[in-house]
Amino acid sequence: MAEAQAHDHHDHRPHGWVRWVYSTNHKDIGTLYLIFAIIAGVIGGALSVAIRMELQEPGIQIFSGLAQMVYGMQGDAAIDGGKSMYNAFGAAHGLIMIFFMVMPALIGGFANWMVPIMIGAPDMAFPRMNNISFWLLPPAFLLLLGSMFVPSAPGAFGPGGGWTIYPPLSTSGQPGPAMDLAILSIHIAGASSILGAINFITTIFNMRAPGMTLHKMPLFAWAVLITAFLLLLSLPVLAGGITMLLTDRNFGTSFFVPDNGGDPLLFQHLFWFFGHPEVYILILPGFGIISHIVSTFSKKPVFGYLGMAYAMVAIGAVGFIVWAHHMYTTGLSLDTQRYFVFATMVIAVPTGVKIFSWIATMWGGSISFKPPMLWALGFIFLFTIGGVTGVQLANAGLDRSLHDTYFVIAHFHYVLSLGAVFAIFAGWYYWFPKMTGYMYSPVIANTHFWVTFVGVNLIFFPQHFLGLAGMPRRTVDYPDAFAGWNMVSSYGSYIAAVGVAIFLYGVFEAFQKKRVAGANPWGEGATTLEWQLPSPPPFHQWEQLPKIK
Amino acid sequence: MRKFLASAKFLAGAAAAGALLSSASAYADQPRPWETSFQAPATDMMRQIEWFGNYTFAFIVVITLLVLFLLAFVILKFRASANPVPSRTSHNTLIEVIWTVGPVVVLLLIAIPSFQLLTAQYTPPEEAKLTVKATGNQWNWDYEYQVDKSFSFNSAVLQDADRAKAGKEDRNLYPRLLAVDNELVVPVNTMTRVLITATDVIHSFAVPSFGIKMDAVPGRTNETWFKAQKEGLYYGQCSQLCGKDHAFMPIAVRVVSDAQFKTWLDGAKTDVPGANKALMAEIDGTNKVAAAGN
Repeated sequence: MAEAQAHDHHDHRPHGWVRWVYSTNHKDIGTLYLIFAIIAGVIGGALSVAIRMELQEPGIQIFSGLAQMVYGMQGDAAIDGGKSMYNAFGAAHGLIMIFFMVMPALIGGFANWMVPIMIGAPDMAFPRMNNISFWLLPPAFLLLLGSMFVPSAPGAFGPGGGWTIYPPLSTSGQPGPAMDLAILSIHIAGASSILGAINFITTIFNMRAPGMTLHKMPLFAWAVLITAFLLLLSLPVLAGGITMLLTDRNFGTSFFVPDNGGDPLLFQHLFWFFGHPEVYILILPGFGIISHIVSTFSKKPVFGYLGMAYAMVAIGAVGFIVWAHHMYTTGLSLDTQRYFVFATMVIAVPTGVKIFSWIATMWGGSISFKPPMLWALGFIFLFTIGGVTGVQLANAGLDRSLHDTYFVIAHFHYVLSLGAVFAIFAGWYYWFPKMTGYMYSPVIANTHFWVTFVGVNLIFFPQHFLGLAGMPRRTVDYPDAFAGWNMVSSYGSYIAAVGVAIFLYGVFEAFQKKRVAGANPWGEGATTLEWQLPSPPPFHQWEQLPKIK
Repeated sequence: MRKFLASAKFLAGAAAAGALLSSASAYADQPRPWETSFQAPATDMMRQIEWFGNYTFAFIVVITLLVLFLLAFVILKFRASANPVPSRTSHNTLIEVIWTVGPVVVLLLIAIPSFQLLTAQYTPPEEAKLTVKATGNQWNWDYEYQVDKSFSFNSAVLQDADRAKAGKEDRNLYPRLLAVDNELVVPVNTMTRVLITATDVIHSFAVPSFGIKMDAVPGRTNETWFKAQKEGLYYGQCSQLCGKDHAFMPIAVRVVSDAQFKTWLDGAKTDVPGANKALMAEIDGTNKVAAAGN
């Protein structure tokens, strides 16, 4: 360590704010992304806790008061403003968690940090583009936050159309500037992601160390490569769709205006052509992380490596041809629905391969239950639950009853909030010693896991029941019969919020105690290249390229 | 799912649930406290959906338990203290083929009844005898009866202030956020076609116990159908985010006997509130007679 530090002092690296703002170093940019994701995650999480507070009991209690405080509304106007504010919170929660928390954490953060190191590259292919990828995000985030304080519909503030921003509710339904700001925010965040995707594809295709063929590449790099392709192919479609929304709103076009020959459902097709690959964009990097962690802590190589890699390729490819399973109730023809049922069910096969391969990786292993492994095990089980309810929802005949109910909310939070987010925390506890050089307290990390595990399951498991009983999603108030499970769900969210506080304290504690982690705190199981470098790695790594056997 | 999740109901404050169940049992169906499964079906279609839900539920419970069991097994058997020396196995073609083909078989077993169910939903068994057009507005519904002399009326959420005047003070029968001022009235055991559209933004017409949900899209007319098998009052809610009062545009369907429907229809052509009042009085009367008979 002393050597590494002495080496650092002779480094010609920029210091102070210049180091961060002008940064072209993939590790510094990765750190910026992670910090950004934590901030956005706390804000997005706070929005969801406000939603759960409102739904804890029937009636409108929280948001009328919030509208009073934030927008200065009074009386009935505050109640109406509160209802709209609730919708804006829902939209902002979804957009923030997707575009400003999960994607920056997994792709901008972990992939930026680890992919160049893992493939034996000194940095990303386009370091300056990497910089702009990150610095587009804060203005995009500010636009979205700002949109919540400007008018949308009469007597309402903030973009209140859900994260799916379906027209006409997002066009004629909300003429104010809030929706324009939100659309612009998505545009900029999308541009940031497209640039990042180009960077990853170029890096992974061209900058692997000698001897590292694609079929020897670590699975996390595979996952990021596939994710980058999904981003590159799907985001331009979203950009096209929301540009048409903008021109419908501001320049008198009528892509989605039925009065002039447009079709509101066209937007849904465009949106979900992006939106469905997007959910795989959110989960595939997590798949990669989980593979590494399971292998490391079982002290075994990944079982069925090629099957794992090509399962992700298959999931990514099929992910592009299943979008209309989000639209079974829009009036699609019978044959269209048959096709989308069939295509959607196919995805369960490669996903099953991954689950079973993780278990097979552990089989015969010598498993130690360090915090990253705990999160990974939690991921595998909870993702399975979200996956099997997905198989149910794939069936259009059954989805007739479940579509747009809380069952769907439960399903996608099991795969994302309990899937992707568990993968993020698994990756965090796995690589934190590598990135910072410090070891966190395993007790705090384990407490964080168990509190979060209990909290999120309490939130989302009862929502299956609510959905089956018919409770529609996105309602600020509900019939009194739904009160019981909603109360349980709300208490769960408070517990999960405590989990976030424990997480933040754990980070603080690790930096305060400065326990030196060493180059490889995980032992013989950790075989990827990042563990051959000191912790934290030098400012520029692999000045001599590693040779892969 | 009713059966499989029944055990979860012990959590459910059984007393409260029981009381509500009995008081409203004459009228199916609406959500109940601590419910863990579908509302009771009132159409054959919903019965089929419920069957298919239970059928797939059986598969997913087995799959989830299998994964849970395997995880528990490896955690116990292959923990570092129990198995200090890891194996180096990373391939086994046979097992990989099995866990690829196995899920394919399961999916086929799910797909066959799934396609049957889906096809049934788009293959009405008979010609519709009644056609009603439901038009979604922010935030209420217009119902148009396409009979010899078409007429239409508006159906909006019942305000608490109007309960007494409407004679809907029984909150079990007319729950908050579900009860409306003017219900959609249809005859029992009659094939009913619903045409669905909207005037402003997208809404969705859903009645859980009928097993129907269809989006109301401006500029497009969607179609669905149901054949209610039990008289009673059935509730649903708008199921597509439609703005600030999305939570406040319920759907209420009153299924009545043929004779009651004919009387109501004749009256409603000229005076909907009056016909509704008369219908409610008539139903109350029959229920009292039935209760006395028991």
